[in-house]
Amino acid sequence: MQPLIQAVSLVAAQVIVLLVVSPFLVGLIRKVKARFQCRRGANVFQPYADLAKLFRKQPVISTSSSWVFTATPYILFTSTLAAGLLVPTFTSQTPLNFAGNIIALVYLLAIGTFFLILAGLDTGSAFGGMGSSREAIVASLTEPAMILSIFAIALTAGSTNLSTIVHKTALLEGIVTDPSPYLMALAALFIVALAETGRVPIDNPATHLELTMIHEAMVLEYSGRYLALIEWSAGLKLAVFLSLIANVFAPWGIGTTPTPAAMGIGLVVYLVKISGLAVLIGTLECMFAKLRLFRVTDLLGVAFILALLGLLFFYILRS
Amino acid sequence: MAHSLSCVAGLFGIALGLAGLVASEPLTLSAGSSIPYLSFAIRLDPLAAFFVLTISLVGLAASIYAFGYVTEFYGRHSIGALGSLFSGFLLSMTLVVMADNGFCFLIAWELMSLISYFLVVTEHEKANVRYAGFFYLVMTHIGTAFVVLTYLILFQSAGSFSFEAFRHPEQSLPEGMRALVFLAALIGFGTKAGIVPLHVWLPYAHPAAPSHISALMSGVMIKTAIYALIRVYFDFLGGQFPWWWGFVVLVIGAVSALLGVMYALMEHELKSLLAFHSVENIGIILLGIGAGMIFQSYGLKELAALGLLAGLYHTINHAVFKALLFFGAGSLLYATHTRSMEEYGGLLRRMPWTGVFFLIGAVSISGLPPTNGFVSEWLVFQSLFLSFQIPAVFLKLMLPIAAAVLALTGVLALACFAKAFGISFLALARSSHARHAEEVPIAMRIGMGFLAVSCVGLGVAPMIVVPLIDRITGPLTGVSISSKVLALDGWALAPANMEFSSVSPPMLAVMLIGGGLLGLFLAFLFGGRLLTRSYKTWGCGITLSPRMEYTATGFVQPIKRVFSTIYQPTVKLETEFLEESRYFAKQRRFEFHIEPVFEKYLYDPIVDVFVGIADRLRILQAGSLHLYLAYIFVTLVILLLFAS
Repeated sequence: MQPLIQAVSLVAAQVIVLLVVSPFLVGLIRKVKARFQCRRGANVFQPYADLAKLFRKQPVISTSSSWVFTATPYILFTSTLAAGLLVPTFTSQTPLNFAGNIIALVYLLAIGTFFLILAGLDTGSAFGGMGSSREAIVASLTEPAMILSIFAIALTAGSTNLSTIVHKTALLEGIVTDPSPYLMALAALFIVALAETGRVPIDNPATHLELTMIHEAMVLEYSGRYLALIEWSAGLKLAVFLSLIANVFAPWGIGTTPTPAAMGIGLVVYLVKISGLAVLIGTLECMFAKLRLFRVTDLLGVAFILALLGLLFFYILRS
Repeated sequence: MAHSLSCVAGLFGIALGLAGLVASEPLTLSAGSSIPYLSFAIRLDPLAAFFVLTISLVGLAASIYAFGYVTEFYGRHSIGALGSLFSGFLLSMTLVVMADNGFCFLIAWELMSLISYFLVVTEHEKANVRYAGFFYLVMTHIGTAFVVLTYLILFQSAGSFSFEAFRHPEQSLPEGMRALVFLAALIGFGTKAGIVPLHVWLPYAHPAAPSHISALMSGVMIKTAIYALIRVYFDFLGGQFPWWWGFVVLVIGAVSALLGVMYALMEHELKSLLAFHSVENIGIILLGIGAGMIFQSYGLKELAALGLLAGLYHTINHAVFKALLFFGAGSLLYATHTRSMEEYGGLLRRMPWTGVFFLIGAVSISGLPPTNGFVSEWLVFQSLFLSFQIPAVFLKLMLPIAAAVLALTGVLALACFAKAFGISFLALARSSHARHAEEVPIAMRIGMGFLAVSCVGLGVAPMIVVPLIDRITGPLTGVSISSKVLALDGWALAPANMEFSSVSPPMLAVMLIGGGLLGLFLAFLFGGRLLTRSYKTWGCGITLSPRMEYTATGFVQPIKRVFSTIYQPTVKLETEFLEESRYFAKQRRFEFHIEPVFEKYLYDPIVDVFVGIADRLRILQAGSLHLYLAYIFVTLVILLLFAS
């Protein structure tokens, strides 16, 4: 019974960490951007207040929509959260490691994409359809790069299960002498993360201009608690990708033993790492302009080629 | 009359399904009656039983569905003929997979092709249906020619047409002949399976048939080719082949998967879209089998078994969800009497059951957890990833690229089914057909519901399916991997070991349900009781109309543009302006086509050559009776000369 209780409490802890941290990341990126634009910007904890307010507001539901529209926020929330449980955060002893590897993570996130596309179409508004259509092409181009980049790393660690990769890397097992495959995969995965979380230069979360928006266009008709869940899920997805990058490429400091002390240190290190990444994203968003939709393909093509090169380098270095 | 025949077909399906289930457990059955030169031998080994099960599962659902669906044809076509052909079709497919003799197999194979041809041309009053039927008939016979060639080569060394003799020939075939068998079987059976570039008939023939027949053709009939390929490569040739065989199969699989889904995306008739997806899914199955063959040639038996297992798992999964989707498409046709997706819309509220079932099918074919498509695609991914154990660097690199192609295929399929479901079932009705659609009869709903439940069942219970398939792959590759693949008492799948990769479909389902409940709880916690307000969608100041919605064509426009090298689209936009001012258009015409590359550059030249030869030979046919009598006389004289 003891291991079961421990596992359940670890899962609960991870759920709470992910849910609590994600709005903070969103707020932090906004703050960094505001500072670069010479504004004071809102408090980094503003997204929490936004969520609380949205939850209390009465939602308006389009008369032309069906149950898919109201079910989507919950489906998006649960699929993103489930994906988050497969990624190690403060400990590499993720109890649900066995439930799925990187492919499962990709397909769990795809559930959310699928239903968001449907919800965008469901309202009957041209904006929603536009967002859905664009999301479909961006998603199509990111996933191959994502799978190849993770595979390049998986080969080094001898595992495609994320926690196992992180655990082994943290204990310095199976590290190659030359880090070039890692660096290439990192670059590819970073581009993928920007695309998947709808960040500049692929999408701009701060815009409501029909010429440019992708994610925002799909969720344009949402309000109240539904919007709150969608915003929270977007934050969660950001947290998932940042945790993935932070822990796979720099797992040091993560709790590798199930002791409270190791996990405490792991939590602090984790927060520092993902905050650092959030600041980096905020900085990048201020340095680059959003790309035209049809230039995005070039960027994602670069990500794919980088991942492929990483794989090639791995085999050349090994042989 | 019609109902009783369908009923017999339904009962027949149940009986066969049970027989398949029972027989797949312990042993192989063998029964035969012999006539000189050819024996009607039947053998039910695990491989055959698995396909009998697949055929019967879909056949049963199709029989139930047909109760409702054939009412569509009342007064227009002979329901009796349709029903008996339907039963004959099921029977012939069952015979194909159970035949234990080359001759017997060919007879069943030909029977299957011909009956399906007659079913395709059910609505023969339409010109496009006749064209589809003719195209199918020609292609299937080209395929059959190569199948005959395969068996003739095998017969040469075996000295008999019985499969047992094929397995243990008197003298083994030389290397060159084996390669010829490989290619002939690939072309012959590949034509039936619909691999690129032999797929061209499929998008014509499958949609032309009545929907429950389309479901059988797309879901099951093309799988008999997969059965035959495994039978020839792994059984007759004993799994002894060089690596390039597997590589060829793998490349064909990757190309079929990608091109299948890409052409499907551009298709706006639901049934044609589904037909192209069959090409895609055959590609995915061949990716698994091709990987298995490569592993087999390097002696990595456990991985070979894994590749085959992945391919076979996807075979039954595809049969189930593709049939479900075809039933869904048939229901839409039944309710709206139109095929074009651009005339659907808003049907989820008019037809809630059909909508839910179609959504389950769409989620499954997109490979999303916790449905069956996810499990088999995951297994294919794993068999491609485990390629790092192959000694050759070239293959080590090619298999992950195939995995990337599979990833692209998977997500394009997702986009395609988001389009298919979103445009057909969501938002506002786009035509009066859709506005007045009614939910389909109960029999059709039961048929769909049965398959929808199977989709989820096959998805969350791999611990039942994997040991069953292991009974097939075990004898073929020589190792049983069921106990290795199933980890944690069957709650997780771990192809290599727990450390390399694992997935637990039941756990994922629990996580998804738990997360959903948590979402509901949080919404209640922070927001209290739900009070909503309904209001119309903001249409920028104008009343929202269906004409403002995104169309299927519009939805895929970015994809079309990004992959324009493959599609070679031609777009024609004609605008007629008002005479007074060029700022106001009187009417606009928009046309858009994608280039049918294979038909234009591969098939048309071949057809042209034959038409040219036929033109030359036409002088022989002068229309004079005396001349024809002279031909007969000359032929007779020549024959007599030869005979003497």
